[in-house]
Amino acid sequence: MTAMDAYNFAYLDEDTKRMIRRALLKAVAIPGYQVPFASREMPMPYGWGTGGVQVTAACLTPDDRLKVIDQGADDTTNAVSIRRFFQRTAGVEVTEETEDATIIQTRHRVPEAPLQEGQIMVFQVPIPEPLRFLEPRETETRRMHALADYGLMQVKLYEDIARHGRIATAYAYPVKVEGRYVMDPSPIPKFDNPKLDDSPALMLFGAGREQRIYALPPYTRVESLDFDDHPFVASKADHACDICGATESYLDEVITDDQGGRIFVCSDTAFCRSRQEDRQ
Amino acid sequence: MDMQPISGGFADAPRQSALAFRAIIDVMSRPGKLATLQGATPPASLSVAAGTVILTLADANTGIYLAGDLDSPALRQWIAFHTGAPITTADCADLAIGTWADLHPLDRYRTGTVEYPDRAATLIVELGETPAPNASLTGPGIKDRIAAFVPGARPTSFPLGLDLILTAGAQVSALPRSTQVEFA
Amino acid sequence: MYVAVKGGERAIENAHAWLAEERRGDPAVPELSTAQIREQMTLAVNRVMAEGSLYDPDLAALAIKQARGDLIEAIFLIRAYRTTLPRLMASTPVDTAAMAVTRRISATFKDAPGGQILGPTFDYTHRLLDFALLAEGEVPPAPTALTGPAQDMPHILSFLDRDGLIEEATPSDEPPPDLTRAPLELPADRALRLQALTRGDEGFVLGLAYSTQRGYGRNHAFVGELRIGTCPVEVDIPELGFSVEIGDIELTECETVNQFTGSKTQPPQFTRGYGLTFGQTERKAISMALVDRALRWRELGEDFTGAPAQDEEFVLSHCDNIQATGFLEHIKLPHYVDFQAELELIRSVRAAAFASREAAE
Repeated sequence: MTAMDAYNFAYLDEDTKRMIRRALLKAVAIPGYQVPFASREMPMPYGWGTGGVQVTAACLTPDDRLKVIDQGADDTTNAVSIRRFFQRTAGVEVTEETEDATIIQTRHRVPEAPLQEGQIMVFQVPIPEPLRFLEPRETETRRMHALADYGLMQVKLYEDIARHGRIATAYAYPVKVEGRYVMDPSPIPKFDNPKLDDSPALMLFGAGREQRIYALPPYTRVESLDFDDHPFVASKADHACDICGATESYLDEVITDDQGGRIFVCSDTAFCRSRQEDRQ
Repeated sequence: MDMQPISGGFADAPRQSALAFRAIIDVMSRPGKLATLQGATPPASLSVAAGTVILTLADANTGIYLAGDLDSPALRQWIAFHTGAPITTADCADLAIGTWADLHPLDRYRTGTVEYPDRAATLIVELGETPAPNASLTGPGIKDRIAAFVPGARPTSFPLGLDLILTAGAQVSALPRSTQVEFA
Repeated sequence: MYVAVKGGERAIENAHAWLAEERRGDPAVPELSTAQIREQMTLAVNRVMAEGSLYDPDLAALAIKQARGDLIEAIFLIRAYRTTLPRLMASTPVDTAAMAVTRRISATFKDAPGGQILGPTFDYTHRLLDFALLAEGEVPPAPTALTGPAQDMPHILSFLDRDGLIEEATPSDEPPPDLTRAPLELPADRALRLQALTRGDEGFVLGLAYSTQRGYGRNHAFVGELRIGTCPVEVDIPELGFSVEIGDIELTECETVNQFTGSKTQPPQFTRGYGLTFGQTERKAISMALVDRALRWRELGEDFTGAPAQDEEFVLSHCDNIQATGFLEHIKLPHYVDFQAELELIRSVRAAAFASREAAE
């Protein structure tokens, strides 16, 4: 178990961290553009947050307080596993409170509590290319980004409206960054998209298997793609949390019996807990 | 043997470079903000902040161009010993270091390609001391606008361009290509 | 009262303990040593070394033991370990013409200087379960060759080369790219493609190679030569001014001879496919050579027929089993949030559809 002592601070060797750090700086300088980086094999599987873990490892200092969430929760297995990895390899403090964290690594959610100046959000990204499901070839999508040729995306969204009367994308809803790059916000529900716009926090995105890093500096203009007659709506289940009563938080639906019984609870467990504590 | 080149590195590289990187990404993501950057003790010709940037970002995979008077055997040795980074010409540099005047002409540096705009040089501009603000900045990383010192016009046609790290003593700030500059 | 599903630290630790117990199996059965795996599960060890990109039979054996015999899991352990190793230096290219050969066959020439050596192969075994192995596996020693020290074994394709019947294989001193150090960039050159293939999943590369034989990018491959044996690895020590041998590695090398009907610029000529893998891994090496040849359509002026094995981006993006298995298995992770977003969307789209149908009626 103490085998981790043999590894460097935050696991990665210094060469790898430097390579990732150089990519991060370019990502920050070109908001929304996906910087290729030589992702390393990590001791957890590709697809389980290796990109996020490498970005966090490259950013962590001994003074940080790290929060790790998966589906909004601090106690899901993969969040527990990643948090423990950094406790063991970097010896950093950890926290479940959004307000106390200096770095927050996340999979699929942005916390409900407003982010602050000085915080860094690290998103785990499975498929960083927003055009990938419309055009599988990297050589083609790279050209489209180069020319800012996003017609394919417009056509897809428009076909959605023709067929369903609305844009049929509920998560990983594409955004445009500073009017230039179309970017995948990672598979967060579209409810979370507005939290990316003009945020005081620095947002970093890591896709390990796909070898890409991208970033949103603080106070960056991030618009969810839409049409004038079909404006973007950040939707959620039309309920209040059955535990804390919150009406403005994103909810998980939980099946409680085999008779169709269900309740709705906050997906952000730290947010829900602090509301319960406030009520007591 | 002259011992100078081999002193002045990080005593605890993993932790010092982590702290230094956080200061660098902090200023790169908040143009106009000033931060303290230290840890390196480079030869006297180079500022502490610039030396720390080099130790934090450079290795055998980053070509460094030393502009003007900065290009000295002592500095070359220091860089070679601590980072292994090759010294290159301006047109293939990943990092270029010098005073604003010495770094000119700026059209020598790589500004990336439309397909790979990240393949652009980062210029470390030695200011001597931090001058008073002469410009107003807007863009990503900036809430509304901020007054800052900008050494001069940069060749920028976003997303292509040069990213600047400005160093003075132990102070650092940055000017990524995404920043719009209005000189006062 | 609803209690959120918590996969806390204790659940993870208990799962790990259970896994360790299952790995050991029935304690009444003696434990398998890594030396036994290394010596008696050699081909598994070789595959783990080849796709793990690390030549170390002891560590590969350990990985197989730890992974309960799941070879992709073992390859993953080796890859994750390999990543943490410092790169001290690069060897000089190994000279496979100087290989100490244990097996060498050619399907194109009945005989050639150096001769054919069947070696330890399953090729002509009858695939009948040997029930004697249920009891014990001790075997009498195999007869050894009567001939003297190994003779020179030039590559068989060099004979065709001399007559100009086969495309020239021009040596290059260009340092090859390295996809473990730089992100994959397309189009890739041949050296990069070969690196990806030699690390690639045996099953995936085999399937692609097979598809070329069945007409998806057909290129009529003959095994010009397949050789297995050990080669010395040397490194240049600049301080000494000469190179030093640091050890031997076992390699499998396959060179295929492929038909080429010629193009506007070139007369008909044979062309080459190449495979080189760690250890005795000949299915992989042959597959690699076929896929290498299929991927070379552009440089040879052939048509792209849309065959998967010709499609460089498709092959290189999907041949790595560690990437593939990670992403495939990640769908086991919770996706409540995205699923919830989809649920809401489908409900609202259906509600709108029903409402408009009612309005129409």
